Amino acid sequence: MKARIPVVALALLLVASGCSAGSSASVASGPDTLSVGFTAEPASFDFTHADGAAIPQALLYNVYEGLVKLDASGHVVPLLAKSWTISPDRKTYDFQLQPGVKFSNGAPFTASDVKFSLQRVKTDWTISVKSAMDVVDHVDAVSPDHARVVLSKPSNGWLFSLTSRIGAMFSPTGVGDLANKPVGTGPYEVAARRRGDSIVLQENPAYWGRKPAYRTVVLKYIADPTALDNALLSNGIDVISSLTSADSIPQFQGDNRFTVVQGTTNSEVTLAFNNKRAPLNDTRVRQALTYAIDRKAVLDLVFSGRGTLIGSMVPPTDPWYEDLSKVYPYDPAKARQLLAQAGVKNLDLRLRIPNLPYAVSAAQVVQSQLTEVGVRTTIETLDFPAVWLKQVFTDHDYDLSIVQHVEARDITTFGKPSYYWGYDSRRVQQLLAEADSGTTEQQVADMKQVARQLNTDAAADWLFLYPNVIVAKDKVTGFAQNQVSESFDLTGLRPR
Amino acid sequence: MTVKVLRRVAILVVSLFVASIVVFLFMAVLPGDPAQVALGVNATPELLAKTRAEFGIDQPLVTQYLRWIGGVLHGDFGRSYVTRDAIGPQLLDRLGVTLWLVGAGMLVALVIAVPAGTFAAVRHRKPSGAGVSGLSQIGVAIPAFLAGIILVQIFAVQLRWLPSGGWTPPDQDVGEFLRGLVLPALSLGLVQGAVLTRYVRSAVLDTLGQDYLRTARSKGLLPGQALFRHGLRNASVPVVTVLGLQLATLLIGAVVVERVFVLPGLGSLLLDAVSSRDLLTVQGIVLVLVAGVLLVNFVVDVLYTVLDPRLRGS
Repeated sequence: MKARIPVVALALLLVASGCSAGSSASVASGPDTLSVGFTAEPASFDFTHADGAAIPQALLYNVYEGLVKLDASGHVVPLLAKSWTISPDRKTYDFQLQPGVKFSNGAPFTASDVKFSLQRVKTDWTISVKSAMDVVDHVDAVSPDHARVVLSKPSNGWLFSLTSRIGAMFSPTGVGDLANKPVGTGPYEVAARRRGDSIVLQENPAYWGRKPAYRTVVLKYIADPTALDNALLSNGIDVISSLTSADSIPQFQGDNRFTVVQGTTNSEVTLAFNNKRAPLNDTRVRQALTYAIDRKAVLDLVFSGRGTLIGSMVPPTDPWYEDLSKVYPYDPAKARQLLAQAGVKNLDLRLRIPNLPYAVSAAQVVQSQLTEVGVRTTIETLDFPAVWLKQVFTDHDYDLSIVQHVEARDITTFGKPSYYWGYDSRRVQQLLAEADSGTTEQQVADMKQVARQLNTDAAADWLFLYPNVIVAKDKVTGFAQNQVSESFDLTGLRPR
Repeated sequence: MTVKVLRRVAILVVSLFVASIVVFLFMAVLPGDPAQVALGVNATPELLAKTRAEFGIDQPLVTQYLRWIGGVLHGDFGRSYVTRDAIGPQLLDRLGVTLWLVGAGMLVALVIAVPAGTFAAVRHRKPSGAGVSGLSQIGVAIPAFLAGIILVQIFAVQLRWLPSGGWTPPDQDVGEFLRGLVLPALSLGLVQGAVLTRYVRSAVLDTLGQDYLRTARSKGLLPGQALFRHGLRNASVPVVTVLGLQLATLLIGAVVVERVFVLPGLGSLLLDAVSSRDLLTVQGIVLVLVAGVLLVNFVVDVLYTVLDPRLRGS
């Protein structure tokens, strides 16, 4: 007992001194430091071997740069390539590179690094997105500031993919330990990482472009949405990169310490129909279900009405966007009529959803609305990602499912009959292929037709487009409203 | 006494072995393919097969188990399916955070329970004693995560005195480290303190009724003096037992509290690893936790004999 008393006293003293050390519990101190909160933490820094959105979100455009980048309105714009030309047969791309660019390890960036990086996707990457590089036939370093890429067939999708992680430029001298030591040409370098807590980015002093306004950015990883909100409310962070529930928006809007920025994403929350399985292989049944669901009501419940009703697999930031959200107005009578026409009675469907909040809330509305037109649904909640991926996505063991499709231009998945939609349309496949190889104008025209065809066939029910809601301290500005690239782009952020 | 300790060691080793098999089998029946989760939604069948082979999960279960346990015996917990990093050092790193949390929680609990329990026992016939007992009953009913949420609302969100979460290692900034530890330790410790208070109270109460205390008082010692000189050591035997058992609950409570306070401990690693089907990491964590609980029980058993000479002979 005698020994314990001083220990206790010491602890109390330390606790007390901790309390009086300062009244603000701020991690981010100083005007040139910024702290941004995210929900999903990168597994490693190596997006050539580990999948998941969190790694490019942190590193792309901030630490790694590509030849081109996707701006907030969805346009492909120059980055490490000053400009580029496309040959008349649309197979040869000539990129003129920015001069004077250096990797963070000091190595100069030249056309041979372009050749090295693009070829490496085919040979060394193990994740599935690497297939976007399959269309590349060969790469030539014509001169240090001129790289030429020759495709085996024309592909608009390829240039667009270059704005994603597969377009990231690496140095042969900087790929020794990708999982721990990223070496890129971007405005930031990785200075420190605490697994399960944070990643610290530090300004790259030799950056070729405009210097970022914040010299240090702390990326804080907080999986629990409430804890993330609390961190901002208690000065632990300066920005919430993306709010996952609308419930907490009012408390930030009503507080003049914060600003709320709202825009769009690429993330279609979709009610998937198993197009291969009877009776959902009947277009009339799918159309009936689409009429039966009040998507506005779903959006109101899931995200307080924030978000966009779209009606097809196209977000407004894609050039071929059209508002198709009103083609199937909420009409239970019409739904019943179509079901009767299709000769479907006592329909009982399995709605197998991931155990994620948006899916669970949306499923409740969908279930009750389908009940009104005489369709019984059993909701089964599956552990995401593991069980959902295996049973619904891989084994196609479902009738209905609800999931967010976050990838850019993932409308192309409707061109693969083996994809879990089970949607098989020769016309759509042909149009997608034509759009990929045609001119920009042809691409837009063809893609519009694809979207309309999917809508006509009711290939799925696009419940809504997930909103991009950023909450930040009032002093931070420069956010891109729309989250359309894979990156959480820090380069435009600045103090007010 | 040596024989007794040796027998305990043997039990410990066998328990750990059985636990490792159970943990492994649980992982094997968990649905979901780690390779699919690691590769993402566009994975091709070829890539999936290649990754399964790389992870070794295409092998028979017995081979997988032997490979795993063989590595663990050499201190090698394998490489994570998700991060491809060695699991051992990662476990050690996270264990450090959890031990700080559990240690600080235990300290808070003892600081509350020993004086409060003794007070409640000595004054058990008075309203003040009954009041302390009543308060401890309420404390027992509050789960640690709820205590955490309430503490965060008051001290972080409203008053902004302390961080709402996050972790600063002590070697980086001792002040920030302590500030970050206060709320999690309190939410874990308050509840545990309430539980322990009841045990301390009944243990002290028990001791107060013993003949030797009456003897001590008849020699002229005040009740308090008699209790401190002769009673507390005896009262500590049942309390140490409970402390051992509570340490296991504390570990489990820590898993939840780590989530609430975003602490990079074993608990948050466990949750992440389960959801990403990082099975080797899950196996490693669960084995470490099980080993921790078994070890605590072992230490408690040994401590018994040290604290109470009467138990040595039997």
